[in-house]
Amino acid sequence: MTWDWSAVGEFMPLFWDGLIVTLQALALGSLISFSLGLVWALLMRTPTRWVQWPVGIVTEFVRDTPLLVQLFFLFYVLPEWGLTLSAMATGVLAIGLHYSTYTMQVYRAGIDAVPPGQWEAATALNLSRTRTWRAVILPQAIRRVVPALGNYVISMLKDTPMLMTITVLELLGRARLFSQEHFQFTEPVTVIGVAFIVISYLASLLLRTLERRLVR
Amino acid sequence: MSVETTKTPVDSAPENTELIRLDQVTKRFGDNTVLDHLDFCVKPGRHVTLIGPSGSGKTTILRLLMTLTKPDEGTITVDGQRLFPATEKQVREVRKKIGMVFQQFNLFPNMSVLRNITEAPVSVLGLSKDEAEERARELLDLVGLADKCDAKPSRLSGGQQQRVAIARALAMRPQVLLLDEVTSALDPELVAGVLDVLRDIARTTDITMLCVTHEMNFARDISDQVLMFDSGRVIESGPPEKIFSSPEQERTREFLSAVL
Repeated sequence: MTWDWSAVGEFMPLFWDGLIVTLQALALGSLISFSLGLVWALLMRTPTRWVQWPVGIVTEFVRDTPLLVQLFFLFYVLPEWGLTLSAMATGVLAIGLHYSTYTMQVYRAGIDAVPPGQWEAATALNLSRTRTWRAVILPQAIRRVVPALGNYVISMLKDTPMLMTITVLELLGRARLFSQEHFQFTEPVTVIGVAFIVISYLASLLLRTLERRLVR
Repeated sequence: MSVETTKTPVDSAPENTELIRLDQVTKRFGDNTVLDHLDFCVKPGRHVTLIGPSGSGKTTILRLLMTLTKPDEGTITVDGQRLFPATEKQVREVRKKIGMVFQQFNLFPNMSVLRNITEAPVSVLGLSKDEAEERARELLDLVGLADKCDAKPSRLSGGQQQRVAIARALAMRPQVLLLDEVTSALDPELVAGVLDVLRDIARTTDITMLCVTHEMNFARDISDQVLMFDSGRVIESGPPEKIFSSPEQERTREFLSAVL
């Protein structure tokens, strides 16, 4: 096996295109999973069973089925029901939805960790329910969960290559495209492997900085 | 007064002059009956101290009045308005009249000292930010922490945090201030500062104070009435001079000799 630097050079234009797609999918997937996870967590705190049960069942189902299956379902089955999304939109939605069922548990733990005294002080000051959540509980809960949410960003990053299976040309998709045209696998696959390490490492650095600033 | 009486009003005043009134209030936690058909009332402007062994139901009364817990039976009225049983809307209305200071301070750690005090006046009473901050600064001055406006609570000592918590409760201009063992979590050298602030408030305002404490000297200082609790009942009540120097009940004598 020989290492061909010229293949690396030729792959680079494809690499940059793929990197942008991967980072976009990661950013949008994170955004969806962070916001949807919070929505799930808050819905699970409503006092009525008629909200808790459906949300509990749906999220349990999503959490317990493989992301790949969900991707295929959204990509191949939804159009039959008349809902056609672009491959990228489908992928981002699937990742966001899948991971929202994990982030909801992170949020729940964060909310539960806010001491009861905080709720009591809010009641004693007659704060409304909305105000209690927005001004007192969530700021404290979210501060606590940033590290855990960050770990899911790194997990999501490592799941983005699955989008290749529904035709999204992210990093792995580009590498495969290049290999099929040039019959050189080692170089493109190594390059994207290194890219994943670098992105993960940078993300964890960013996370640690964020942690230091938030958790004081 | 005899031990058997369940009806133990603080004052034998006509009903319409009572600010706080509990009628036949029972509170159970599981099999444990913390309050047993308690009748209890407080006239406006009074400073009432509840003493008694732990688990005797003192703190539960404060928590019932602050609506942090609900009674199993009975009615609670504050300033002529029903607090229990009542609708959420009624409760919110009555709660405006009541402020509480907690053993563990319970300041909001995500907010500055000033924001802790202005949050509720702005979002609940609808004060403008400027009005609320002016009020907050006056109160911080009163509790001797005018220079700590921008500090986060975690930067303050326990005593300072408790003084901020007192300012925060007062910012809502309550008619009743509930004080739940406010010095119990403090290092001994920090207790005096907090008690001085409370003495000051007791002397200079007409706010009604309901106080659970183990600081008997403080109780003697500020209260008009001391109530001795045991097993969910008031077993003895009277002015502090009487309770502390010549208690009638054997149980009260035992308790006082243990804590004094």
